[in-house]
Amino acid sequence: MMEAPSVVSGRPAATTTPLLTLQGLTKTFGGLTAVDAVSFVVEEGSVMGLIGPNGAGKTTVFNLITGNYRPDRGRIEFAGTSLTGLRTHRIISLGIARTFQNIRLFQRLTVLENVLAGCHYRMRGGILAALLRLPSQRREENDAMGRALKELEFVGLRQQALTLAKNLAYGDQRRLEIARALATRPRLLVLDEPAGGMNEQETEALIGLIARIRERGITILLIEHDMRLVMRACEELVVLENGGKIAEGAPEQVRRDPKVIEAYLGTEDEA
Amino acid sequence: MKHGKLFAVVLAAALLATAPLFLNAYQVDVLNSIGLYGLLALGLNLILGEAGLFNMGHAAFYAVGAYTAAILNTRYQIPILWTLPLSGLVAGVFALVVARPVVHLRGDYLLIVTIGVGEIVRIALVNDLFGMTGGANGIFGISRPNLFGIVIRRPQEFFYLIWGCVALTIFLFLRLKQSRFGRALNYLREDEVAAEGSGINTAYYKLAAFGLGAAWAGMAGTLFAAKMTIISPESFNFWESVVLFMIVILGGAGNIVGVLLAAFLVIGLPELFREFASARMLVFGLVMVVMMVFRPQGLLPAGGGRFLPATLVRGRG
Amino acid sequence: MEEFLQQLTNGLAVGGIYALIALGYTMVYGVLKLINFAHGDLFTYGAYLGLTLLTSLALTDRLGFALGMLVLVLMVMGLVAVLGAILERAAYRPLRESPRLSAVVSALGASIFLQNALMLLYGARFQVYPNILPATTLNLFGLYLPLMRVLIVLASVLMMAALYLFIQKTRIGAAIRAAAIDQGAARLMGIDVNRVILLVFLMGPALGGTAGLMVGLYYGQINFTMGWVYGMKAFTAAILGGIGNIPGAMVGGLLLGVIEALGAAYISIAWKDAIAFLVLILILIVRPTGLLGERVADKI
Repeated sequence: MMEAPSVVSGRPAATTTPLLTLQGLTKTFGGLTAVDAVSFVVEEGSVMGLIGPNGAGKTTVFNLITGNYRPDRGRIEFAGTSLTGLRTHRIISLGIARTFQNIRLFQRLTVLENVLAGCHYRMRGGILAALLRLPSQRREENDAMGRALKELEFVGLRQQALTLAKNLAYGDQRRLEIARALATRPRLLVLDEPAGGMNEQETEALIGLIARIRERGITILLIEHDMRLVMRACEELVVLENGGKIAEGAPEQVRRDPKVIEAYLGTEDEA
Repeated sequence: MKHGKLFAVVLAAALLATAPLFLNAYQVDVLNSIGLYGLLALGLNLILGEAGLFNMGHAAFYAVGAYTAAILNTRYQIPILWTLPLSGLVAGVFALVVARPVVHLRGDYLLIVTIGVGEIVRIALVNDLFGMTGGANGIFGISRPNLFGIVIRRPQEFFYLIWGCVALTIFLFLRLKQSRFGRALNYLREDEVAAEGSGINTAYYKLAAFGLGAAWAGMAGTLFAAKMTIISPESFNFWESVVLFMIVILGGAGNIVGVLLAAFLVIGLPELFREFASARMLVFGLVMVVMMVFRPQGLLPAGGGRFLPATLVRGRG
Repeated sequence: MEEFLQQLTNGLAVGGIYALIALGYTMVYGVLKLINFAHGDLFTYGAYLGLTLLTSLALTDRLGFALGMLVLVLMVMGLVAVLGAILERAAYRPLRESPRLSAVVSALGASIFLQNALMLLYGARFQVYPNILPATTLNLFGLYLPLMRVLIVLASVLMMAALYLFIQKTRIGAAIRAAAIDQGAARLMGIDVNRVILLVFLMGPALGGTAGLMVGLYYGQINFTMGWVYGMKAFTAAILGGIGNIPGAMVGGLLLGVIEALGAAYISIAWKDAIAFLVLILILIVRPTGLLGERVADKI
C-alpha cells in the first residue's frame, strides 16, 4: 500500500549527505532585517526543527527556501542545485514540498481535488489532450486519482475525499495540506507549524504521521512551537532569534544552551 | 449529476432545439443574441470564473476576432466561416501579448488594466488603425456564411449555427473542466500562492486561460460579423465587457449551466420588458449590488468535485 | 512657446480636476483597499447638482459671483458627500468582510445604477451650463489665459492644500492615516474605524463633486456618462502617484493632466483618451506602487 521505505529508522552515520544547504541567507523588509546571515544544513533522511520566538524569522526562512521571497544575500542549495532565482513551482518540482502556517487549502474544492494539485506537475496532459480526451490522458488522470487517494489514506482522510476542504475540521485541514505536499513526491518536506491549532490527541497523531513520513525516506524540516512535538520528533534543531541563528544541535543539547533558555525555552521548557 | 437535474437540462435543451419552430423571427433573433453572449461568457468564464482573473476587457478580444474576420472577408474574399480559426488565433495571440506583462497584477489592478486595454482597442478601431478598420463607421458588406452550400441568412438558420457552436463549446469546456488543465485554473482561483507552492506554474496557466478565453471571444466575433454583415467600434465598447462580466458573476463563476442561465436572464429578460428598456441598466446595477450583498456566489455557484467520478473514489479502499 | 504654455496651463486645470477626483479614490483605497468604481459617478452628480442649483437658485445673480460661487460649492460638496455616505452604507459596508471580488462587483453595480438613474432623471443628451462668467482672459506676464482656467487651478490647489493640512495636522487626519496603515492596529489604539471610513466617504465625494462642478463650468457641457472616463483617468492619476498616498494623488493628477494636454496637442488629439490608459498600463508594469508609493511585501 505504501511505497517501500528506503530508510527504516535511525540514520546511519555514513549516509549523512547534505540535502539542503543554506549559506549566509539574508532578507530585509524595508529597514527590518527578517533573516540575518543564517546558515545551516539539513541532512538527507533527518527530521530537523527550526524553532525560535515569534518574529524570529522562521517562516521567512521557509519562504526563502521555496522561492516565495528572493534573498538579498546568501545561497540556498538543494541536492547540489542552486535554488537562487528559481520560481516556486520549479523548486517544488526539484523535490521540495511545503505546508503553510495559516493553512492555505483550495477551500471550495474537494479534499481529493486538493491532493490532485500535488500530482499536477508530474502529469503531462495539456489543453488538447483534455479536449480530445485521449486514452493516455485518461490513464494519467486515473493514475493521479489513485495516487491522491493513496496519500489521503496515508494521512487518514480517505473517507472525506469528496468533502469540500473548507468543511474539514481544523486538524484535518492541516493533515490535508500534508497529503497535498506528499502528493508532489518530495525528497524534502517543509512543515510550517504543523501542530498549530491542534489538540493534544491530534498532535500525538501528527507525531506518528511525521515518523511514518520519515520512514518513506522523506527528509523533514519543520517549524513548531509545541515543544513536546519538537523534542520527540526532531533529531536536530536550529534556533533563530531576531533573524539570526543562536544555537544548533541535538534537542537535548539545545535545551540546555543558556542562550536558548534566555531567548525562548526558559519560559516554556517545563510546560 | 442527479436525475432531476439531468432531466431539467435535457428538457431545456430539447425546448431550445425546437424553439425556432414555434417562435417568430424576432424572438429567434433574441435567442441568437443570447447564444452569442453565452459563447462570449463561456470564454470569459474560463478567465474570470475558472481561473479567477478579473478581466473586464473581454470585448477587446471579441472586437479583434470580429475585425479579423471582417477584414479577411471583405478584403481578401475569404468565406466568413473559414476565418473562424484564424480570428480565434489572432484574438488569442493578441490576448497573450497584452496579458503577458500585466497578468501577475493583483485582482483589481488587473481589472483596471483590462478596462484600459478594452478602451485602447476601441479607440484604435475608431482611429482607423492601419487604415483597415474603417474608423467610426466600421466595416460593412461582410458576406453571409455558407455552410455546405446553404447560405445562412434568416434568424432561424443563424440560430442553429450559433447554438451549435454553444453546444460544441459546452461539450469541450466540460471536458476541460474535468482535466488537469481545468483543475489548475481552479487552484489558481482558490489560492495562487498554494497553487504555485504545489508545483503549478501559475504564470503559464494565467496566460493559457487568457489565451483560450480570448480565442473563444474571437471566434464569437466571427459569428457576430457574419450575423450583422456590418461591424463598428461601438459594438465593442466598455459596457459589453461589463455585461459579460456580470453574466459570469451572476451565473456563479465557474459554472457552465449557471453562466448560460445568466445569459438568458441578462440578455433575454430586458427583451420581455421592452417598455422599460431605458431602465434596463439601472436594474442591472441594482441587481449587481443586491446580488453581492445577499448571494455573492451567484445563481449556481461552482463547487468542487461536481464532475469527479464518484464510483472511482468509492470503488477502492 | 505661447502654444506650449497655453497647453501647459490647460493641462494643469484638467490635472487639478483629476487630482480632486483622484483624492477620493486614493483615500477610500487607503482605508478599505477597495476601488470605489462609483466615485466617478459621484463626480458626475456634482456636475448635475451644480447645474440644477445654479439654474434654479440663481445664486450668482443674487449673491454676486464670488459669494454665490462659494455657497454653490459648499452645497454641492455637502450633497455629494451625503450621497457618498449613502453609497458606503448601501453597497460597501455589507461587504466589508466579503471577498474582494464581491466588493468590486458591488462597486461596479453601484456605478451603473447611479449613472442610469441620472440618465432617467435628466435624459441622455448633453446638458449645458449657463455662462456665469464673461469670457474674459487674464493677462499673466504677457500670457492671456481664460479666467475660468485660472480660477480652477487656484481652487483645486487651495482645496488640495486644505485637505493636506487637515490630514497632516488634525487628530482626525491622524486617525485616517493610522487606519490606512493598519486597520486592526488603529482599532486597538481606540480609533473608531467605522467613523474613519464614513469620513473618507464624505470627504472624497465632496472633493469629487466639486471637480464635477468645475468641469461643468470649464467646458460648459456635461453628460451622464462622463464620470467613467474622468473616473478612469483620475484613478490612473491615483495609481501614478501611488495609490493610498494623498500627496501622490495630487501630483499624479496634475502630471496626468499635463501629459494628456501636451500629448493631445503634440501627438494626436484623436488618441487623447488612449494616452491616459497607456500611462496607466505602463505604470502598472514598470512601477505598480506609483511615483510616491512604497513597496510592501505580500504576507504569505
